Amino acid sequence: MNAKKKKLIYNAVTFGLVTVAFVVCRLLDSMNLMSRSFGGQLIPICCWIVMAVSLNLVVGISGELSLGHAGFMGIGAFTGIIFSGWMQHAFNVQDTTVRLIVAIIAGAVFSGIAGTLIGIPVLRLKGDYLAIVTLAFSEIIRSLINCLYVSVDGKRLAFGFLDSKLPGRLLLNGPNGAVSVDIIATFSAGFILIMITLFIVLNLTNSRSGRAIQAIRDSRIAAESVGINVTKYRMMAFVTSAMLAGAAGALFGLNFNSLAPSKFQFTQSINVLVFVVLGGIGNILGSVISATALTILPEMLRDFGQYRMLIYAIVLILVMLVTNNPLLRSFFDRLIAPVKSLFHEKKPSEPDFKGGDTQ
Amino acid sequence: MTEIKKHRSDTKMVPVPSHSIVPERDVNEIPVLETRHLGIEFGGLKAVDDFNLTIGKTEIAGLIGPNGAGKTTVFNLLTKVYEPTSGAVLVNGQDLHGMTIVQASKLGIARTFQNIRLFDKMTVEENVRIGLHNQIRYDMFSGILRLPRYWKQEKRQHERAMELLDIFGMQNLADEVSGSLPYGAQRRLEIVRALATDPKLLLLDEPAAGMNPHETEELMENIAKIRDQFQIAILLIEHDMSLVMGVCEGICVLNFGRVIAKGTADEIQANPDVIEAYLGKKKEG
Repeated sequence: MNAKKKKLIYNAVTFGLVTVAFVVCRLLDSMNLMSRSFGGQLIPICCWIVMAVSLNLVVGISGELSLGHAGFMGIGAFTGIIFSGWMQHAFNVQDTTVRLIVAIIAGAVFSGIAGTLIGIPVLRLKGDYLAIVTLAFSEIIRSLINCLYVSVDGKRLAFGFLDSKLPGRLLLNGPNGAVSVDIIATFSAGFILIMITLFIVLNLTNSRSGRAIQAIRDSRIAAESVGINVTKYRMMAFVTSAMLAGAAGALFGLNFNSLAPSKFQFTQSINVLVFVVLGGIGNILGSVISATALTILPEMLRDFGQYRMLIYAIVLILVMLVTNNPLLRSFFDRLIAPVKSLFHEKKPSEPDFKGGDTQ
Repeated sequence: MTEIKKHRSDTKMVPVPSHSIVPERDVNEIPVLETRHLGIEFGGLKAVDDFNLTIGKTEIAGLIGPNGAGKTTVFNLLTKVYEPTSGAVLVNGQDLHGMTIVQASKLGIARTFQNIRLFDKMTVEENVRIGLHNQIRYDMFSGILRLPRYWKQEKRQHERAMELLDIFGMQNLADEVSGSLPYGAQRRLEIVRALATDPKLLLLDEPAAGMNPHETEELMENIAKIRDQFQIAILLIEHDMSLVMGVCEGICVLNFGRVIAKGTADEIQANPDVIEAYLGKKKEG
């Protein structure tokens, strides 16, 4: 029961930590103890956590290197903005909660459709090739949004491609992106989205489908030989991840007054990948923590002015070195050993696997 | 080779229509495997050529031959890793032509690998559960939403996995990470995983490699036990002659991609071609 218990504790800690962080932020906010710059970061942090966790589903659980995650976020963001604006201006829906929920679901659905369409050709590839092609697709998505004009005309949406002369109220203005967006994203929505994401990813990992996905990662040929449909399960991970990224994008898009497509360049995909690698590939809790830390860090470094990103990069290098150094790792393990022993009683003694075990 | 302990029954081998032999008890059944003039070329090189083999419903068969003879290539042809360039493979009378690895698996072919291919970041039990993928099923949504079906099927998977692990007495290792197991246990786990797919024909690629004589002896007993318990056919590639001669009923000897001899253990040991190609070489070395 050891491995099962460990997993349960891991999941409980993950959910618990996010909840505690949410409550603490809420309390600080109500007591006016939170700085404005940090308060403004809360919703983006939620979005980046969802992005990191969903990318970890592809990179860590499914074992494919995807560099197109920002593209799916972009689709989600602009779909969300369009749906929210459409409902507001055409149907006069003033309830921001309803609009936010619909926008997030629409973002997830459209991103999922894009994920499916891209997944069909892309998932024939492996490794580096897959990484490059996903990157290319996300740039295509961004370029397309760059040329897209959308407006609300009465009850209908009007679309223009490279054509800005649209009737009615403009929602999406080509390279300028979305302008005068009604900010309806809330921190609570971000928290709920994180919880849903964790619920989906962690439950998927510990189910038949999730095990099939991980089996393909560990040995594709062995997975096939026990009858696992490789394409189906790679697709499942890829599309689920795209949908979650779309949901995060919708929340992200509805948190700013204006949003340009250039926000979703491939450097954003790399950023999310950095969160995943730093938090540990396949480690969901790690993704949550590193996405938070690395979103706050550049803000904290504002005092350094022009040297901000230089210091950010140096911190990143140091953290990577420290977390991958076996000596330092064992040092940290020893530090947290007393905490760990609180959770499970000491094992009598590890069975020695060095020799034959069948005597 | 007189000191070899026998686990095989001294079955009478009888011919079947396609110029091959199966144990007498299986002669009225459809052979689990039949290959007809099977061959594959890699850029002009005939890795396997005119390979004919029939395996009875509950036969334990051996495929032996010097290194590079094409034994693993035969396994890859049988499991559809390679598409043959000539000939046909029939499993329970059904032609595998054009099928994928997954389809072949669903027809009842399971295998282990020469270089162990476990899902090594996952636990022993999870490895077996993955083997049960097509046996005990539920869909993605039941899994994510933890519907009643999830709990029911997970329980069934757990129980079945434990039953299967019990064959090799590996229940106590269920929660170990499979990549950290000792070599012999990894080989046994691969067999358990293959058995989980409910096969009709189990292909074992050098199951005794890296095992000590004691473990090999135990493996021999287990191979016979698996056949009796599951009533399936087993085809194994092995260099350990004590295992092959001790457990296999029909043996096929391959050299340079061609069959040079077929028969019972005693016939193979007496065959001059085999001694020259295989056993003879070993004595010189």
